[in-house]
Amino acid sequence: MALPATAERTSLLPGRINTATLGSYLRSVSTVDEVGVNERVAALSTRSIKKDSKLAALELAVSMMDLTTLEGKDTPGKIAQMCSKAMRPDPVDPSVPSVAAVCIYPAMVPHAIEAVRGSRVKVASVATYFPSGQVDTKLKIEETRRVVELGVDEVDMVIDRGAFLSGQYFKVFDEIRKVKEVCGGAVKLKVILETGELGSLDDVRRTSMLAMSAGADTIKTSTGKVQPAATLPVTLVMLEAIRDFYSATGVQVGMKPAGGIRTSKEAIRFLVVLNETLGSGWMTPDWFRFGASTLLNDVLMQIRWLKTGRYQSADYFTKD
Amino acid sequence: MSSKAVVPVSAPLDWQYAPSRESTGIVALKERYGLFIDGKFRAPLSKKYFPTINPATEEELAEVPEAGAQDVNRAVVAARRAFDEDWGSLPGKERAKYLFRIARMVQERSRELAVLETMDGGKPIREARDVDLPLVAAHFFYYAGWADKLEYAFPGLHPEPLGVAGQVIPWNFPLMMLAWKLAPALAAGNTVVLKPAETTPLSALHFAELASEAGLPPGVVNIITGAGATGGALVAHPGVDKVAFTGSTSVGKLIRSQLAGSGKRLTLELGGKAAHVIFEDAPLDQAIEGVINGIFFNQGHVCCAGSRLFVQESIHDRFVDKLKRRLSTLRVGDPLDKNTDVGAINSAEQLARITELVEAGQLEGAEIYQPECVLPRNGFWFVPTLFTGVSQSHRIAQEEIFGPVLSIMSFRTPEEAVEKANNTPYGLSAGVWTQKGSRILWMADQLKAGVVWANTYNKFDPSSPFGGYKESGFGREGGRHGLLPYLKGIGL
Repeated sequence: MALPATAERTSLLPGRINTATLGSYLRSVSTVDEVGVNERVAALSTRSIKKDSKLAALELAVSMMDLTTLEGKDTPGKIAQMCSKAMRPDPVDPSVPSVAAVCIYPAMVPHAIEAVRGSRVKVASVATYFPSGQVDTKLKIEETRRVVELGVDEVDMVIDRGAFLSGQYFKVFDEIRKVKEVCGGAVKLKVILETGELGSLDDVRRTSMLAMSAGADTIKTSTGKVQPAATLPVTLVMLEAIRDFYSATGVQVGMKPAGGIRTSKEAIRFLVVLNETLGSGWMTPDWFRFGASTLLNDVLMQIRWLKTGRYQSADYFTKD
Repeated sequence: MSSKAVVPVSAPLDWQYAPSRESTGIVALKERYGLFIDGKFRAPLSKKYFPTINPATEEELAEVPEAGAQDVNRAVVAARRAFDEDWGSLPGKERAKYLFRIARMVQERSRELAVLETMDGGKPIREARDVDLPLVAAHFFYYAGWADKLEYAFPGLHPEPLGVAGQVIPWNFPLMMLAWKLAPALAAGNTVVLKPAETTPLSALHFAELASEAGLPPGVVNIITGAGATGGALVAHPGVDKVAFTGSTSVGKLIRSQLAGSGKRLTLELGGKAAHVIFEDAPLDQAIEGVINGIFFNQGHVCCAGSRLFVQESIHDRFVDKLKRRLSTLRVGDPLDKNTDVGAINSAEQLARITELVEAGQLEGAEIYQPECVLPRNGFWFVPTLFTGVSQSHRIAQEEIFGPVLSIMSFRTPEEAVEKANNTPYGLSAGVWTQKGSRILWMADQLKAGVVWANTYNKFDPSSPFGGYKESGFGREGGRHGLLPYLKGIGL
């Protein structure tokens, strides 16, 4: 069954979609002033989040986390341990919610599915030859099909940055569309723009619009393999693109900053930017995720401090 | 079939920020202040005092003296003596040391001064802390650097100080305006009598204390408080060589006619009705932030506020929609809360003026938009307001409102934008948003405004001259230009 990008999603695009028409559409996308973006982010970063509002934010941050391991040295044992942490982040405090998902390589999918069975934690697999995506479209589709058949809940794909930068917009669009077809309605598709390779916030915004039009359920900043990864300015620009896309098409799209977010303080800044750009409708794990591996323990440490008034050392939080 | 995610939606969090109030414990308020004359706080010869209140609560903060003619005279005499015997002949490098010391002390005490500024004036602590105080220190640092380089700034012109400067400043940026006035005057070798506005006298008096601790010789800076009559006596005093005034155009006109033929030097920084021009190719989301910052910064109590918005017709509706959405996220309320974006209106009088003009806007047929907003019960408040469908002939497009009220109009061509933007008696500032560099340069050339910001708004730097055209005044503050009004023999 072919599942084309819906009419609402493509409503911003020209009638006939090809590289030339996509190019002229992308050039019509509102430009971005980097100085202005940095200023807005700096202003929002001065928000002072204390007490109840801080605890609420940190618990939300846990529930929004895609706990991630994407390494050559990943093993079934490592996956089992991470899944255990994902389901019960703080064994001492059961009121801390489980994380949203675990994010892993395709080879690890069966182990992860097994480990999280019966819990609310979802399994997300990277696909399309993450992180570079430098293979034929056919192989990317095939890899996606394989992880979908294995039963993942979510797929994190990469866009072809080389194709985008060389102006082959239709290739980028078409790959996303085809991967979404394979995912169908039941598997959430997150599209990684790898903003660290795009070079300008204008292109961050353009790739965001392209990915959303092609069928992305969520747009995601980075693979975590390229620096800079998830910065606040890039995230703001993507959230603004989501806002414009939503008001023009009525289609709600999620956001996932990934890579480089390590402290509670940073996580809260992302939530402030989210809250003041898109509003409460996006303040849920269904529409916002943090892709992170080391953030979780810092958040747990802060939660325990807020609840008990005491800081405990890193040794009191499990490293899985 | 929809390709939206089908996962069940968990309830979104309606995230309310807990109050995060800056402590006022750091400010040691006195019950009653004196006039700072000749290095000491003195009771006024007038024997009169008046209260200054916190506009966010209407609570009285302290009593300050109302300087009478005798007090003004005393201050001017002290300034003259200090000029003749001390400051006027002090080498530039020595004056610089004092200014550097003051700048550093402002930095050290910036938290206290920021809180005080917020308490007395109603501005959000975020702005007092992140904008006002850093600029105050920067201004003193900057002019400290000029003090021993005047011969290089004006080679061959033998720059010399004028004598005693009488300076009258407004209530919107009390300490920042004090810095803009004092720093160049002192760097050039003048002595000063300064009068802060009657609704915001406290930060200047605390600054006087700081100047005294910095060891500034007695009489070099004198701070006298009072209302219009005190200011009038100061500018009229025959011992004053130079008058610098920042405030309303009507008072500015009065001062100018009063000073005609007196031989006193004069600079005026008056009102404005700035045009903020948005072209269709602008980076829209950043332009929205620029517009918001342009009109709601400091509750719109800004002479260079971007109070007339001109949006190119092709993007008008979309832009206004974005603006309305953004307006609803502004946090209006307790100025001492670190998360407040828009604070209190400075005084009951100013609130009445804003209210009157907004009513006039509605009567004249413009369409008003105000977001839902819960305002505190006490204090002076005004909801951030937009007007669409505004015509050039409406009062809200012509008169300075000096409040959080934006009048939105549209244009079709760059020529029309320029024509409308310049169609005002004022000429202080303007803003242009476009991606096209050549258009920015062309617009900057065409706009009759002392300051033109491109793809940003309300940016200040001590090295950048600031001042107006037409009824917005004359003379420049900031930069090398800012020294000219305080030096003998060098024309403006």
